[in-house]
Amino acid sequence: MTGNQVTVNDRRVQRHKLWAHIWNHRYLYGMLVLPVLYYIIFCYWPMYGVQIAFRKYNARLGVWGSPWVGLEYFQEYLLDPYFWKLVRNTLLLNVYSLIFSFPAPILLALLLNEVRSSFFKKFVQSVSYLPHFISTVVVCGMVVNFLANSGPINDVLDSMGFERVQFLMKPEFFRTIYIASGVWQNVGWSSIIYFAAISGVDPQQYEAAIIDGAGRFKQAIHVTLPAIIPTITIMLIMAVGGMMSVGYEKIILLYNGSTYETADVISTYVYRRGIEGGSYSYSTAVGLFQSVIGLLFIWGANKFSATVSENSLW
Amino acid sequence: MNAVAHRNHIRQTKASRIFDVCNTIFMLLLVAVTLYPFWYVAIISLSDGKAVLAGKVVLWPVDFTLESYKLALSDASIVSGFKNTLIYTTSGTFVNLAMSMLCAYPLSRPKFIGKGVVMKMIVFTMFFSGGMIPTYLVVNQLNMIDTIWAMILPGAISTYNMIVIRTFFMSIPESLNESASLDGANDLQILLRIVIPCSLPIIATMLLFYAVGHWNSYMNALLYLNKKALQPLQSILRNMVVDGQLTGSTTDVGGGSSFAVIETTLKYSVIIISTLPILLIYPFVQKYFVKGVMIGSVKG
Repeated sequence: MTGNQVTVNDRRVQRHKLWAHIWNHRYLYGMLVLPVLYYIIFCYWPMYGVQIAFRKYNARLGVWGSPWVGLEYFQEYLLDPYFWKLVRNTLLLNVYSLIFSFPAPILLALLLNEVRSSFFKKFVQSVSYLPHFISTVVVCGMVVNFLANSGPINDVLDSMGFERVQFLMKPEFFRTIYIASGVWQNVGWSSIIYFAAISGVDPQQYEAAIIDGAGRFKQAIHVTLPAIIPTITIMLIMAVGGMMSVGYEKIILLYNGSTYETADVISTYVYRRGIEGGSYSYSTAVGLFQSVIGLLFIWGANKFSATVSENSLW
Repeated sequence: MNAVAHRNHIRQTKASRIFDVCNTIFMLLLVAVTLYPFWYVAIISLSDGKAVLAGKVVLWPVDFTLESYKLALSDASIVSGFKNTLIYTTSGTFVNLAMSMLCAYPLSRPKFIGKGVVMKMIVFTMFFSGGMIPTYLVVNQLNMIDTIWAMILPGAISTYNMIVIRTFFMSIPESLNESASLDGANDLQILLRIVIPCSLPIIATMLLFYAVGHWNSYMNALLYLNKKALQPLQSILRNMVVDGQLTGSTTDVGGGSSFAVIETTLKYSVIIISTLPILLIYPFVQKYFVKGVMIGSVKG
């Protein structure tokens, strides 16, 4: 017997063992069939379909049969002056949400941590989570009706002697409305994750701080805040990584022709051109541009965080 | 919590006490700002339209009436929307839970070969997707447009929720699995008889997350459903409350009152009708939601 034959035999035995293992656990492997099919059909098939961004899509010819046009649609999009408006609106909504929506739950968690009565604390928490479970349609319905010309907010303005304002028709109010209703809906729910981190702090650390003469403010700054820095970093990576996308469901409900100037973002544009307008290839190109830049953002943010601190997503 | 209790016996400085008062006032304001919009919508919907137009309704219903609710519930599209949403929510949640567990369990077992590769392929879909249009074309190609399947299958697994379930499954001792398999149980039996009964809290949490998601979802209907008879409640709600288009039967107001009088109260009663199920169960299930986030935040 030569050495070669031994390894061949070995490999055969190995393969046999593998099949025996799979056969023994056929239910375990069988369970994964449906989920894998789901991911192939609804996640990877669309990724394969993304190539229509480079083709002139024709439903009769299908994805594979439609003629190749290269970067024509990307060119069309990038050269369109409207492109810059969409990118600007998308980024600005994210920048404002980074400035206002991001710190709000951290502040809430820190302040809530200082509430002494645990009953009151639980009550405030339960109430603050509630809006998160209300549908986007209901939240936008309330926004639209509260801000309507005959709505309560204009009634108050009117009674104070101001002019009534058509808030949802004015581009300059859109970002404020979008961010403020977002904070209202999510500040409580987003604070949970910080609160979880705070409740993991060892009480001995506070005792040590007290012995060192730290007051409550100093304890919050030097003990509580450092404890949630890793969580803040992770959330920040995710927020920066998501800079290229916004919650467009809400925008579709709140915007209209007269506020496109500030309200129209890449995703809503994809929806209008693609689903409503039927320009499948063009809107897929726009969407692909957004996803690729988005992927770069999250990769970059993660890389940066991994270099500067020890916190990273992967 | 402990930490603050610990600090209680320390003698308080004046600044600290002033802070406590301000903090409490701030929290009370937060509660008011959160709850008042709901309360406002509720009292408007229960008031007489004329009082609402006169701006008299601020803290309590004025001239209490259920007229707008009667009108809303007699609207055919609201009733059919309610029915459709119930169907999508129950069947969709069932599919979500079954698929998520079927996916999470094999991937939680240490002996599963190829686990790493499959996990990576799945996690990748969280960061990159084909996007709205290619997904729409796939759903279209499968002839699912204007069928219930378009409301159930495209989002059958939420990868994030699946990972949370998997993290929980991994915390179940492997020895439990091993002893069951020594007793001759196969993996399906282990999942059904041991792992699922051990995981009821997380399954309850996920059931609620998925169910609320279906109840509130409107984007899938916007993309995939054109037929009026299939529209879920949220789509009907959008037409009436956001776009202000009230349908035929609701605009037909009898009893001499003009439509403008009832319009606002009607819109607000539709908001309450669609939100009431969530507002009613929320206080009882709230802790399960929080538990889900806590488990999820432990990096999985």
